[in-house]
Amino acid sequence: MTEGAQDMGGVRGFGKVVPEPDEPPFHADWERRAFALTLAMAMPGGWNIDMSRSARENMPPADYLSKSYYQIWLAGLEKLMAERGLAARDEIESGHALHPPKPVKRTLSPDDVSKVLYRGGPTGREPKAPARFAAGDKVRMRNIAPPTHTRLPRYVRGHVGAIELVHGSHVFPDSNATGAGENPQWLYTVCFDGRDLWGKDADRNVKVSVDAWEPYLEPA
Amino acid sequence: MSGHDHDHPHGHEHSELSETELRVRALETILTEKGYVEPAALDLLIETYEKKVGPRNGALVVAKAWTDAGYRKWLLTDANPAIASVGYAGRQGEHMVVLENTPKRHNMVVCTLCSCYPWPVLGLPPVWYKSAPYRSRAVADPRGVLADFGVELPKETEIRIWDSTSEVRYLVLPMRPAGTEGLSEERLADLVTRDSMIGTGLPKRPEDIK
Repeated sequence: MTEGAQDMGGVRGFGKVVPEPDEPPFHADWERRAFALTLAMAMPGGWNIDMSRSARENMPPADYLSKSYYQIWLAGLEKLMAERGLAARDEIESGHALHPPKPVKRTLSPDDVSKVLYRGGPTGREPKAPARFAAGDKVRMRNIAPPTHTRLPRYVRGHVGAIELVHGSHVFPDSNATGAGENPQWLYTVCFDGRDLWGKDADRNVKVSVDAWEPYLEPA
Repeated sequence: MSGHDHDHPHGHEHSELSETELRVRALETILTEKGYVEPAALDLLIETYEKKVGPRNGALVVAKAWTDAGYRKWLLTDANPAIASVGYAGRQGEHMVVLENTPKRHNMVVCTLCSCYPWPVLGLPPVWYKSAPYRSRAVADPRGVLADFGVELPKETEIRIWDSTSEVRYLVLPMRPAGTEGLSEERLADLVTRDSMIGTGLPKRPEDIK
């Protein structure tokens, strides 16, 4: 979601970063289960990673900022399941299945876990057209604010940077998140001078890059 | 998220946390009853990221790059096969790029929009990586963030921030510490901290772990 609370780059007032020595992967048993349920449900649920991200970030900023990380995952999972009639609100409140299961294409069997994780979900796709930009080209991040999911952070919007890496053609999240298909687009790393982003008094030795799909860019 | 019902049985005697615990338990019960998930598969997913996949993987990749110039070059130009040759691949590491730190340039990785992180080589991200302070400040005040980690770099060193906004995942190749000539890959890997591969830290020195 454009302008959502998840779009945090450059926002002030969150304070210091607090590292935790010898941090464990999970801090409570419910975090383990919420993590695993989220991973396992993508298969029967049939949603993709962009739909998951969209579900997590699509909530009022006060909710997003007051939830812990896995509470956000949980809220996203509940939303995706409710939308598809897989687990309804009355079931979650009662703690048991109240409605017959919907048929699903596949589920994650224990025998498949390591294979599925090792395979992952590569997003590279055959390009539909030649790349519009090459390394070194100057580009401007388009001034767009789509109402649905996007991976264009607002702190770079309208700014001019240079193409540093060309990653090939990849699934376009803005399209994939809404169910409109993968619509693959060329993906680039675009690098900005810190002072162009944060003003002339900013550190002169800072450079910041984002990864950006071609529809986010225009020649500069 | 949907609003909160106030007439359900597990009312207000519970803390926010136990409310969440009950909800997760309810979900697992429902999804198991409906045949959508198998608890044994959930256990395996948890075990994988709690016991098997973690920053030791990345440390072994870095140590190999420190000792083998050919491997280093391969890792920096075509990271996925180079990392897979050591045995690591898969989810959240499908498109890897390795970033070389030099005396002139220090790389640091963030995901300002969520929590993108190279799982096969680093495991699951720490809480601070997913937190608002890191995600907001890493791009705007990286030297301040490094100070939060007790790291101070020369002013002339360029700080290069990589915001992981796509499915490309970045791993920092830190500089090999001085005085480590002749150490085995295993011993070198002991020096490679998780934070040094994110860019918020530096490797340990041999005298730190004696």
